[in-house]
Amino acid sequence: MDINTEILFTAGVAYGITRALSKFLNLPTRSAPWDALLRRIWVPGIVLFVLAAILGVKSELLNDGYWLLVFAAVAAMLIRLGNYRPARTLLLAIVPFAIYFAIQFLFSLLGTDIVKDFDDVFETTQGFSIIWMITFGLIARSQKKHLEAERLVREEEERNKQRIEAQNAELERLVTERTAALTQQAEELRYTLTELKTTQAQLIQAEKMASLGELTAGIAHEIQNPLNFVNNFSEVSSELLQELEEEQQKPTRDPELESELLADLKQNLQKITHHGQRASSIVRGMLEHSRASNGERHPTDLNSLCDEYLRLAYHGLRAKDKTFNATLTTHFDPNLGMVDIVTQDVGRVLLNLLTNAFYAVQQRQKQQEAGYQPTVTVSTKQGEDYIEIRVRDNGMGIPEEVKQKIFQPFFTTKPTGEGTGLGLSLSYDIITKGHNGTLSVESVEGQCTEFIITLPLAA
Amino acid sequence: MKILVVDDEADVRTLFEQRFRREIRSGAFAFSFAYSGEEALDYLHSHLSEVVLILSDINMPGMSGLELLRRVKQEYAAPPPNPPLVMMITAYGDSESYNQAMQLGANDFLTKPVDFAALKEKLFSLEDKL
Repeated sequence: MDINTEILFTAGVAYGITRALSKFLNLPTRSAPWDALLRRIWVPGIVLFVLAAILGVKSELLNDGYWLLVFAAVAAMLIRLGNYRPARTLLLAIVPFAIYFAIQFLFSLLGTDIVKDFDDVFETTQGFSIIWMITFGLIARSQKKHLEAERLVREEEERNKQRIEAQNAELERLVTERTAALTQQAEELRYTLTELKTTQAQLIQAEKMASLGELTAGIAHEIQNPLNFVNNFSEVSSELLQELEEEQQKPTRDPELESELLADLKQNLQKITHHGQRASSIVRGMLEHSRASNGERHPTDLNSLCDEYLRLAYHGLRAKDKTFNATLTTHFDPNLGMVDIVTQDVGRVLLNLLTNAFYAVQQRQKQQEAGYQPTVTVSTKQGEDYIEIRVRDNGMGIPEEVKQKIFQPFFTTKPTGEGTGLGLSLSYDIITKGHNGTLSVESVEGQCTEFIITLPLAA
Repeated sequence: MKILVVDDEADVRTLFEQRFRREIRSGAFAFSFAYSGEEALDYLHSHLSEVVLILSDINMPGMSGLELLRRVKQEYAAPPPNPPLVMMITAYGDSESYNQAMQLGANDFLTKPVDFAALKEKLFSLEDKL
């Protein structure tokens, strides 16, 4: 056969090699156009073969030329992938063989016999370049494997990183969510606290008003008495004046009677002033009691404060229970000077303790014990650096288990609606927190109870 | 006519003495004063035959006017001598106190503020009856 069948074979081999390379270098993803180009590496071979067959040319040079074209295409492709290390190594691998091949082709083209003359040299060079090519091919393979391993590690790292990032994002989201929930809770708590504080203030005021309500009748009685005196002394003074005028009209005047009438008039005016002041002091006390405390301390006559509230508490209960009667005893220390206290607050404490004391003796009186005389005693005492106030009653006494809870807010032994349960707890706060004092209780069940307030003199 | 006035307010004495000063001067009435139920009983023990009328407040510390009334009616239940009349005076003119006083044998029940003109009339009509 006079045709270059060799080229067909070469084209097949070239196609196989380029396919292998393409797979090795992962060409479709690295450079799709080059992959497509190399896929058609057989086309020039066939074209050459057909042309040669038509033209009737038969030459080994055609095959070699085709080989050179293949080399050139592969080299160009490898240069194109120059940033991929195995591709560079492969380029390095084929370069010597390609150069050798090109030189041989050149000499064959020129038709010189140098090849034959230097057959040994060429043989050696060819062998060397093939060994070189195989060696670097293997190196490229190991490089590829190495890179592949590196890539896997990197990918793994990347995946880990992404996972961590995702976790971080999730955590971030949870934190934000929690923070929002906590903020809302804090907001709600703050709101509740404000509400509670308002309620507390309202309760304190309500307690104050409740105790005032209990006292209304007592206060009315306490005001009515002095007012009666004011009215009576005014009326009788008018009568005295009239008598005086009549006396002056008489031809024989009685100077003794006149001076007596004048003395009475003077005395009556003093009585009117006295009782008027008594009434206004009670009204003032009532107003002070109902007003919110400003917490300011004022020098106060504790003995008269105790006396005032003793009477108020007593008449307050009497007004509700007409049959109730009690002996009021006071042991006031005359040496007690003016004491710096929040008058209104301490007044509330006294009122509370006294109201309780009268309630206790009233309860015991209801049991109709023979010979029982309800008695409430208030004593004051000046100590070395403190003042002591004792409120004692011979009422029902307090059971031990009740005594434990007596200063707790909302604790009451009275029927629902009769006590707020705040009186003693507020009293305790006023004495301990407001005045750095102490409030304690001693009691014998069924016999007596005594509340003891101590107030330090140096605040 | 001897009248014992029982009230814990000391100024009641001055008031009565002035209100009835003509009657006292003329000797129509004589007043004695006690400032508690206990004091009133003590006074009665020593001046029983003299006292014709007791005018007592109800609301007093210690022994109340009602208790005094009960004791007086109990102690001087049977004549002779004639038991003193007892008039109650109170700031609380409620029916409960009134009923209780009447039940205990009070001869009259007055509410504060006292109408002295009316009281004077009552006293005079009492004197007429005696």
